[in-house]
Amino acid sequence: MTSATPITTDLQPVTGSTRRESAPDGSKKPLHTIALLVRNAPGVLVRVAMVFSRRGYNIESLVVSPGAREGFSRMTVTCSGDPSILSQMIKQLTKLVDVVHTIDHTSTDSFETEIALIKIRCSGEERREILQIAEHFKAKIVDYAAESLILRVYGGSDKLDALIALIPKENIVELVRSGKIVMARALEKT
Amino acid sequence: MEARLPTGAEKLIQCLECEGVEYIFGYSGGAAMPIFDALVDSDIELILVRHEQGAVHMADGYARASGKPGVVLVTSGPGATNTVTGLLTAHMDSVPVIVLTGQTISSMLGKDGFQEADVTGITYAVVKHSYLVKDPADIPRTTREAFHIATTGRPGPVLIDLPKDVTQAPCDAPFVDEVDLPGYSTPTHGDPEAIRQAAGLLSSARRPLLYVGHGAVISNAGKAVVRLAERLRAPIVNTLLGKGAADETHPLHLGMLGMHGTAYANKAVDACDCIMAIGARWDDRITGKLDEFCVGAAKIHIDIDPAEFGKMIQPDVAIAGDARLVVEELIQHVEPSDTREWLEQCQTWRERHPLKYARQGGLRAQHVLDRLNHVTGGNAVITTDVGQHQMWAAQFCLATTNRHWISSGGAGTMGFGFPAALGAQLACPEKKVWAVVGDGGFQMTQAELATAAIHKLPTKCLIINNNFLGMVRQWQELFFENRLSGVDLVGNPDFVKLAQAYGIKAWRIRRSADVDRILSQAHEYDEGPCVVVAEVVKEDNVFPMIPAGSPISGMIIEKPRNPLARPTGST
Ligand SMILES: Cc1ncc(C[n+]2csc(CCOP(=O)(O)OP(=O)(O)O)c2C)c(N)n1
Repeated sequence: MTSATPITTDLQPVTGSTRRESAPDGSKKPLHTIALLVRNAPGVLVRVAMVFSRRGYNIESLVVSPGAREGFSRMTVTCSGDPSILSQMIKQLTKLVDVVHTIDHTSTDSFETEIALIKIRCSGEERREILQIAEHFKAKIVDYAAESLILRVYGGSDKLDALIALIPKENIVELVRSGKIVMARALEKT
Repeated sequence: MEARLPTGAEKLIQCLECEGVEYIFGYSGGAAMPIFDALVDSDIELILVRHEQGAVHMADGYARASGKPGVVLVTSGPGATNTVTGLLTAHMDSVPVIVLTGQTISSMLGKDGFQEADVTGITYAVVKHSYLVKDPADIPRTTREAFHIATTGRPGPVLIDLPKDVTQAPCDAPFVDEVDLPGYSTPTHGDPEAIRQAAGLLSSARRPLLYVGHGAVISNAGKAVVRLAERLRAPIVNTLLGKGAADETHPLHLGMLGMHGTAYANKAVDACDCIMAIGARWDDRITGKLDEFCVGAAKIHIDIDPAEFGKMIQPDVAIAGDARLVVEELIQHVEPSDTREWLEQCQTWRERHPLKYARQGGLRAQHVLDRLNHVTGGNAVITTDVGQHQMWAAQFCLATTNRHWISSGGAGTMGFGFPAALGAQLACPEKKVWAVVGDGGFQMTQAELATAAIHKLPTKCLIINNNFLGMVRQWQELFFENRLSGVDLVGNPDFVKLAQAYGIKAWRIRRSADVDRILSQAHEYDEGPCVVVAEVVKEDNVFPMIPAGSPISGMIIEKPRNPLARPTGST
């Protein structure tokens, strides 16, 4: 196991604006991080998803959870696509009756983070190596079984990518990532 | 004896009464029975249609003619799915329609109960908003919100799905006046700075042009548009749906632009140096090839829906607001520039390329519609179906009054014209209403002849019968080496006899010489509905034409001798 690129182990994830990501299809379109404040009403998720699906756009990750104010939820969507088309889609999202506001945080000063759970088949020598990697990334072992480990790691999506890249594919039994959440820094609105 | 609480259905009907609903266009069925039952004791008149699609088009026609929302009531499952085409039509053209659908009882939702359909799921893409009501106490709030959303901002259809247990249960929730919709706001007055910028562009333009769309009809901006045009001495063009906002007989008006617009309107679009969209959305029927559209011209876009800005065209100035308010504010700020040469140029185009049609070789649809324009004198509400007759009607029947022209634009829904006319007639009982339809589209909703007859609606239905799906045949002739496929309507009924079977008065026009007499008789006939069947030449084409995806400069004014390349644009 070799590490090709220098990796950040620091728990402070980098901001969206400085990181280059690309869509899984290999295209170099940057991933956009879009935050929505929505009414917690039935169907709101479908309505939001349809703004993407009617253009054949794929949502890369999606996090929905209750917000601070009762009756409202937060959504964080990551998605790749032509920036001018995405900005039009953001207007269409904002137009939805249940959407209070929509902000593209791709080039704003914001804090982003993500959590991953990784179930790894390992024993003996392999296990020692995994534990070293885990320590390096400040990942926590949350399940310690005879034949396997579960690692929990959080931080910027690129940090998670780097850790995952270090573990041999055939050893990864399951991988669950939360999807990215974002918050604007200082008193800016998310 | 204690008074019993109203049921959810009764509460719903009371809410509709509070909203001022006069008519419900409906078709009954099991899941909607409590609501139909509640209607028995209401002053709201139920218009029983013959197909749910007809109900939505009637509500749509009612809404377009009156500016008030049209209301539809249908049952669950197939009753609800039959409304989908009508919803799409209203959604594409921003028409306030409220569709109430009965639904299976809440506990059966998701279990494939009899006549269950996931109606909110099926219709997400064709509504402005929708509700599935789970608690009778939500009925007043939901109804108020639905009417508010349907009629404000950019209007659109709203659907309310009502499980039968919810409409049957007692409901003592109070009526609601205020809505609380934190995600919903609608601009009214435009941003003053943007208005000043737009005024600057218009005032310094030598070849300004006002391009008027349905938003101008909805906001009743027409009179202000004419005043602005007069002040700027700028010509006006309008879209298919913008007809009627600004008087098309005004000397500054060049008629309809776009795919089948007048040659002079399109030449003006191609040559202008500043174009302002007033409640119009730069649709592909208007722009043709997008990257060659108005290349050097400054572009101003007024729209109540900011999601339209930059969707097709990147405007130099975008003004979010109500079209009438924005245009009225603009008038205060513009200075007329010298447009004499420009207006002369437009006049030359108008004289050189007038709309024309052959006077011999049989009865021509254009002739019939030209004379209809004469007979109605712009004082009738005209609805159309979709196809060649629609485009000819748009070219020859000049709209002078707001809400006097009703046509399915965005969706291009065949079957729209006749039921829409019935809805318009109910909205405007004192007006003459004509439906101009093709033999193909008419047959999609002709069952509503019964609805017209029962209610003795004095609506006139002019069937332009060419025994073809004419518009598609035209494309096959021009772009597919005349290989006709799926366009021959052999087997058409005798439409005169068909009307008579419903007890409806009907005439047939075979000769050009009979056109004026029969149209006038039909126009004056007011004992009930009537049908005029114009047996026109089978093969004729609508010109001018800008093939889909072609730049405006590729406009064909007359039938070309050589075959044309297949269009690259959508449909
Ligand atoms: C519901 C629906 N189906 C198909 C079409 C495609 N279409 C557009 S125009 C047209 C022909 C219409 O024929 P007709 O009603 O006879 O009118 P004409 O063009 O002959 O005047 C067709 C099939 C449509 N617009 N709507």
